[in-house]
This record gives sequence, C-alpha cells and structure tokens, in this order.
Amino acid sequence: MSAKQGAIAQARRWYWQRISAMVLALCVLVHLGGMVWAVRGGLSAAEILARTQGNALFAAFYAVFVLACAVHVPIGLINIAREWWRWPPSAALWFARAITAALVLLGLRAVWAVYSPGG
Amino acid sequence: MAQSTRSLEVRIWRSGSDAAAAGHFANYTVPRQDSQTVLDVVTHVQRVLDPTLSYRYACRVGMCGSCAMSVNGQARWTCRTHVAKVLGADGTLEIAPLANLPVVKDLATDMSAFFDKWAQAKGRFKGTQTRHDDFARVSPQSPQRQAADAGIECIGCAVCYGSCDVVQWRPEFLGPAALNRAWTLVNDVRDTERSERLLAVAGDAGCHSCHTQGSCTERCPKGIAPTLAIAGLKRTVARAAVKGEL
Repeated sequence: MSAKQGAIAQARRWYWQRISAMVLALCVLVHLGGMVWAVRGGLSAAEILARTQGNALFAAFYAVFVLACAVHVPIGLINIAREWWRWPPSAALWFARAITAALVLLGLRAVWAVYSPGG
Repeated sequence: MAQSTRSLEVRIWRSGSDAAAAGHFANYTVPRQDSQTVLDVVTHVQRVLDPTLSYRYACRVGMCGSCAMSVNGQARWTCRTHVAKVLGADGTLEIAPLANLPVVKDLATDMSAFFDKWAQAKGRFKGTQTRHDDFARVSPQSPQRQAADAGIECIGCAVCYGSCDVVQWRPEFLGPAALNRAWTLVNDVRDTERSERLLAVAGDAGCHSCHTQGSCTERCPKGIAPTLAIAGLKRTVARAAVKGEL
C-alpha cells in the first residue's frame, strides 16, 4: 500500500469510527431505555419473544446496532493490536477484518434468532 | 539570591560508562536557595560537584527550548521550573533526560528525530511571492489566521513530545509539535503546499494515530494546544479524503 493509499485509508477509518460512534451512542441510549421500560413489571423469555418475533422495527434497530459495532470495534482494535500488542500492520488489519466478520455474523444471527418465529 | 544552609537531595540520571553499560540515578546534595530553578540545581552539580555531568541549556529564560528534562516524572523546561513547585512530598527531586528521545549522555538527548519529523510533516512555509511583491494582506481576525496564531509560538522544546504516550507506542508518530506546526501552515492562506502537507500528516504516523489524551496540551509551557491542532488536522484531512483532494 502506497503512502497515499495508507493516508486515505486512515482518514476513512477515522470518519467511519466517528460516524459509527454517533450511531452507537443513540443505539445504547435507546437500548438501555427500552430495557428499563420493558422489564418494569418483571419479564420472562416468553414475553420477550412475544414482543420481538415478527417485529420488523425491533429487528431493523438491532441490525443497525450490530452493524455500527462491526464498524466501530475493529477500527479501535487495530490500534490496540499495533500499539499494545506490537502486531505488524497487516496482522492487525486481518485480525480486525476477522472481528468484523464475526460481529456481523454472530450479531445478525442473534437478531434473527429473536425476530424469526422459528428462532 | 540569598545563600542558605538548607540543602536539597537530588537524584540525577547518569549514563553508563559506555553504550553497553546501564545507566543509573546518582544522588547529590545541593544547597537550597530561594527562587532556585531546576536548571540552577543541575548547573550547581555540574560546576561544583561533578564536572562530567552532561546537560543542555542556552538562554535560561524560556526562549530557546533546549533545557527540557523529565523532572519528578514530568517533562518540563528546567530553566522556568522553580524547585519549590516540583519538590515531591518527601522533599526529593529526580531529574532524568526527556522521554521518547535517545540519550546522548546523562541529561542530554538526541533531538534529531524530533526535528526530522517537523520536516516530514512539511513544517516549512512555501509561498509564491517574492520580496518584490507587495505584502500579503491577511486579516488577524480571520478564523484561519487565529487558528494559525494559536499554535505559532512553539519554540520546539519537545516537552510535548516527551509527554506523548503515542510517540512511545508508535515511534514513527510525528508527534504533537510537528503536527501543530503543520496545522499553523494549513491555516496560512499564503502557503501553497496544502495538499502535500495534508498527505504528509495523514496515515499511520500522522494525526490519526493521536488518541486525544491531551498530555501535550497539559504540559506545553507555552500554553499551546497541539491536541486542538491535531483534531483540526483530522477534520481537514477527512474532508480532503472525501473530496478526493489527498
């Protein structure tokens, strides 16, 4: 990767991390607020699933939450891998890509599990 | 300066006898004086107690930026730091070379890498006008000039560089002073190397590696805020990347 490509990649990572942070801040607030509201009278697994299954708004919200995590977390992990663990740039990048794939797959699978009637 | 019978215990970093030998802190007892600066203490040790002690200073009044050292764990100008201000709770003083730079000997560091990074960050003004042209007219009230003025008084003492954790983690990081200098030039409307400079300060070694911890801003003896300058560079570089101007 040339210096120019590296610089552009870093600039992109920077603004994507900022944008995803803004989305996450909103998601976390809605998530926490939703939980407090949902459990106000006690809650069971059956009650949760009754509300979430087939609820497209719920699924869309948590899908966005998962995607924002999948963008935000790996960018930070690249820095941790490089600065604290002393990994070379390419290893840190591939590690971050693997984390992205895992967060997207596991996260969206979890959303699907509580959204689809069959789980 | 009033002489006193009081004394001060000071620990000063001494290099090993050769490059392979480990360094150590040596203890000295120095007369305590009123309004005594840390540089006064080091100078007393070198002139009276041990002439082999190496250190660097020039102006003694906070103009030249050559006497920065680590004093009780914090980077400071030693010439403008009163002993009374930095004495530890147990009354001791520990003086070490500035962090993040190779030590030449004792308290003198090799600042080559620090200044080379100013060049890497394209910290040199380049304009188009000559001495035969009329003066460029730049309003001191314009936002760009005010942003440039906020960082222009840096004297290159490397206190910020010695305080920066990112420099420690990423030795190739350009550091707060070089990036602050680049930001003053990015805001200089007469300068013609904006794109090249933005490219030079982006990337792994550049502004995006800064974690905004603010140690540079906290410690800068001139009250400059390199953290703010670096944040400005991040925004400007991001805009340039989006527009395809990098």
